Amino acid sequence: MLDFQAVVPSIPYILKGIGVTLQIVIGATILGMVLGILLALCKIGKIKVLRLIADFYTSIFRGTPLVLQLMIIYYAIPQLFDINIDPMPAAILAFGLNSGAYISEIIRGGINAVDKGQQEASLALGIPYAKMMKDIILPQAMKNIMPSLMNEFITLNKESAIVTVIGALDIMRRAYVVGGSNYHYLEALMVAGVIYYIMTLILTFLGKKLEKRMSRSD
Amino acid sequence: MIKVENLHKSFGKNEVLKGISTEIKEKEVIAIIGPSGSGKSTFLRCINLLEEPTSGIITIGKDVVTDKRTNIMKVRENVGMVFQHFYLFPHKTVLENLTYAPMNVQGVSKKQAIEIADELLHKVGLYEKRGEYPNRLSGGQKQRVAIARALAMNPSVMLFDEPTSALDPEMVKEVLEVMKTLAHSGMTMVIVTHEMNFAREVADRILFLDGGQLVEDTPPAQFFTEPKSARAKEFLEKVL
Ligand SMILES: Nc1ncnc2c1ncn2[C@@H]1O[C@H](COP(=O)(O)OP(=O)(O)O)[C@@H](O)[C@H]1O
Ligand SMILES: [Mg+2]
Repeated sequence: MLDFQAVVPSIPYILKGIGVTLQIVIGATILGMVLGILLALCKIGKIKVLRLIADFYTSIFRGTPLVLQLMIIYYAIPQLFDINIDPMPAAILAFGLNSGAYISEIIRGGINAVDKGQQEASLALGIPYAKMMKDIILPQAMKNIMPSLMNEFITLNKESAIVTVIGALDIMRRAYVVGGSNYHYLEALMVAGVIYYIMTLILTFLGKKLEKRMSRSD
Repeated sequence: MIKVENLHKSFGKNEVLKGISTEIKEKEVIAIIGPSGSGKSTFLRCINLLEEPTSGIITIGKDVVTDKRTNIMKVRENVGMVFQHFYLFPHKTVLENLTYAPMNVQGVSKKQAIEIADELLHKVGLYEKRGEYPNRLSGGQKQRVAIARALAMNPSVMLFDEPTSALDPEMVKEVLEVMKTLAHSGMTMVIVTHEMNFAREVADRILFLDGGQLVEDTPPAQFFTEPKSARAKEFLEKVL
């Protein structure tokens, strides 16, 4: 039988994992966005070497399991560089590098979907490439891809649960710890499930609001 | 002011401009007329290097724009362009559409850029729309904003590529009025258009393009009554 009484005292402990999860997800998203924009610019740019590197990068990170990337980063960095890396920065790095690959594809699509006339008008006004990208093309691309980006963010939030394999004390790990201490695994994991679900609902809601705000020029 | 010498342009094997030469003087208003696909847009776009000519020399003022050493961005600041489909920046307000390039390309102060923009918006009759986003405007209003946006850079030449072709008929006039006023103010203008009455009234010369060749270069009075070439005659019979 289910006995939630047994895990109630531990709920605050599990809830603290929200902060850890959010730190990982937000850190990874920022890293992923910066990387994604840079990679996308390489992919649509005229420099062939950069294009090849960006495509190769993307295919590697999309073609191998995330959990593998996470473990390689966590174990490889100490081995190769003789420095210790904590689970948190390792997780942020792994998720950031990984979502950079996905985000770059989303952004590339978004940039390509912007009317070519926008670039023509910019060129005709003498606007330099970098400013055109930053102020004219990317803002329009971002607006169109907001739903896909939010989706990526929400996926990341859920998928971050695999950091448990390197021992970061996120929601998932804490639920597991609680389950292990009193053998009520199922109840503890269900608490974690509810927390993830509510987070997803909140993020979805916030995403919708953000989309609405960004579409004020429609 | 603008000199075009033996301009050729090919897209792959398709030769679109087959050696065009002409000269446009300061304050002249040129109308370019010709059948669809004759190379009118390509010719116009070569002037500010939106298309790179295959060969030939184009000079604007002192700048040889076809010379690789010329800073083409600097040249473009000086050459305004208006497109058939406006291409306003949809995420910027009307005012921001006008102030962005002066501030970010020419380094004009915000205060001054706004002053210039407001004056231009008064001129095109859209001052009260300065805070709106482009999608709230009619086609005619959008095109007037696009003209004002190009003028905000204080160019010495304005290029127009079928500026009224995408407009509902009732909006054509308001745009042509703005262009007429601009022509009378002494702006050098090169206009690709199908508005024959407008061309007849406003242009100093008609350039008739057909099959990538400059078939005729005539004052409007003559062009519309007794064109020199058979091809122009045929074209006019169809459109008039
Ligand atoms: N970017 C391009 N790539 C390939 N062909 C083009 C391109 N732009 C124009 N053309 C071709 O050049 C010819 C002339 O086009 P254009 O200058 O647009 O004519 P017009 O403006 O007189 O209608 C057409 O056959 C068109 O298909
Ligand atoms: Mg055309």
